[in-house]
Amino acid sequence: MSIEVRNISYIYMPKSPYERLALDDVTITIPEGKITAIAGHTGSGKSTLIQHLNGLISPSQGCVLVDGVDIAAKGQAARQARRSVGMVFQYPEHQLFEETVEQDIAFGPKNYGLTPEEVKERVRFAMDFVQLDYEEYSQRSPFQLSGGQMRRTAIAGVVALRPKYLVLDEPTAGLDPKGREELMQRILKLHRQEKNTIVLVSHSMDDIAKFADNVVIMNRGRVLMEGTPREVFVREDFIRQAGLDVPQITNIVKALKAGGMDIPSDIYTMDEAVDAIVRAMRGKNRAGGAEKC
Amino acid sequence: MAFIECRGLYHDYNAGMENEYRALDNVSLRVEKGEFVTILGTNGSGKSTLAKHFNALLQPTQGKCLVDGIDTSDEARLWDIRSRVGMVFQNPDNQIIAAIVEDDIGFGPENIGMEPHEIRRRVTAALKAVNMEEFRHFAPHLLSGGQKQRVAIAGALAMNTECLVLDEPTAMLDPAGRREVIDTVCRLNREQGITVVNITHFMEEAALSDRIIVMNKGRIMKEGSPEEIFQDIGGMRQLGLDVPVATELAYRLSRKGLQLDRAIINQEALVEALCRLK
Repeated sequence: MSIEVRNISYIYMPKSPYERLALDDVTITIPEGKITAIAGHTGSGKSTLIQHLNGLISPSQGCVLVDGVDIAAKGQAARQARRSVGMVFQYPEHQLFEETVEQDIAFGPKNYGLTPEEVKERVRFAMDFVQLDYEEYSQRSPFQLSGGQMRRTAIAGVVALRPKYLVLDEPTAGLDPKGREELMQRILKLHRQEKNTIVLVSHSMDDIAKFADNVVIMNRGRVLMEGTPREVFVREDFIRQAGLDVPQITNIVKALKAGGMDIPSDIYTMDEAVDAIVRAMRGKNRAGGAEKC
Repeated sequence: MAFIECRGLYHDYNAGMENEYRALDNVSLRVEKGEFVTILGTNGSGKSTLAKHFNALLQPTQGKCLVDGIDTSDEARLWDIRSRVGMVFQNPDNQIIAAIVEDDIGFGPENIGMEPHEIRRRVTAALKAVNMEEFRHFAPHLLSGGQKQRVAIAGALAMNTECLVLDEPTAMLDPAGRREVIDTVCRLNREQGITVVNITHFMEEAALSDRIIVMNKGRIMKEGSPEEIFQDIGGMRQLGLDVPVATELAYRLSRKGLQLDRAIINQEALVEALCRLK
């Protein structure tokens, strides 16, 4: 099972002077149980695309199938399909609204008609996932938390729904390095534990190289490339054309290669780079250090 | 004389109330004229609170903040301070107010009653300084994030600002936008001698500055050149921060037995060091 996006186009403000084609015949598959990253420059259509995944906006043309069900259809099956996709927007802390952390996280599960016991259990589960201590924080106002804690509370509100497909739009934007790393590790842990599907909008090619199984690169409302990080990063020209960059470590390795080091250029993570450089330096020693680098 | 100077600065939020919170705890620092200083620290370490003292958006609870020798608590000099120090915030959409780029940049000068021809001259110069001349008549909402941030910087330049204080100006931008903004800031610092204080979570940006100030829980933990600060990888991680990718790579290679200098903070230095190795 998967999410199938089939030939969708989306026009903003049609028949007005501001009419703009935000998505242009986009077809992608988001396979179940994988982490799929979506990258692209500002205005490339990433956010518009993900809002289609649970029917928040309907395509001007084309359709979205979640587990084979057209989510634009009427009836119980389509509603269930839409509900299986949980969405964490950019800067989700702007959407906190309840008086306590517990009430805010409970809002979704409550609305889904769960019993009070189930709701409570979901709140605890979600707070545990984002590492907010229940005893300490559940009765605090979400507006008196730090920025990082507010972000985690907001994410917990969606995690509490235990969605089969969890969509996150730049979840680490604005967090400090430790907060970024911790949140990514938590998402990864949840993914492994719940065997759910993650869709991650990200500008960080380093994170994509590290965490994603698949990448979709958007450019001007179209899909420019789709594949594993390795397949995608090898087309550096395309990546730059899309206003993006390869991982920083890849740039360093390329500079070394340009400086004469005998090293492969398809290196995308720190671990790979360390091994390859050590190997190249040993090789050089054996060769008597004759090369210029 | 330092351009910005803080002496024993404290800032308490909600002073006297139940939820009183000390955001700055005895901070003393100097930023020299023409310097490019980065402030690093985790979320909630007091960076933004500190930056808001630099143009009198906030007043110290205790201690002093001086800008170009002017005490920021001197209300009569408020506009002198704000014209000297321009702020750029994280979200470009929250700081653009006009419907046309040139109106937005001219807003500040117009507000202080400047002559129209002088406003035009300033707007033209500011647009040129951030490489946005061709967008003069554009609607700001049609610009990319990086372009919007450059408009915000131009707005400060039009007031003949001597110092830019940037609070995570690239946090919301894509890689190309981030590069545009940081290149613009570096160039203004280098070519026009504009003093820069940049708050960021990106270690590669910090590596470009003259000096780094590291904050933790409202206090200054460390100060030094990027080379000095990033040498202490363990210490930075302990503070919830990080080091540039090149520094981490150099560190991991040195643990594998390669003899590398500890003060490698960018790609160029790493390539050079590895090439020199026998």
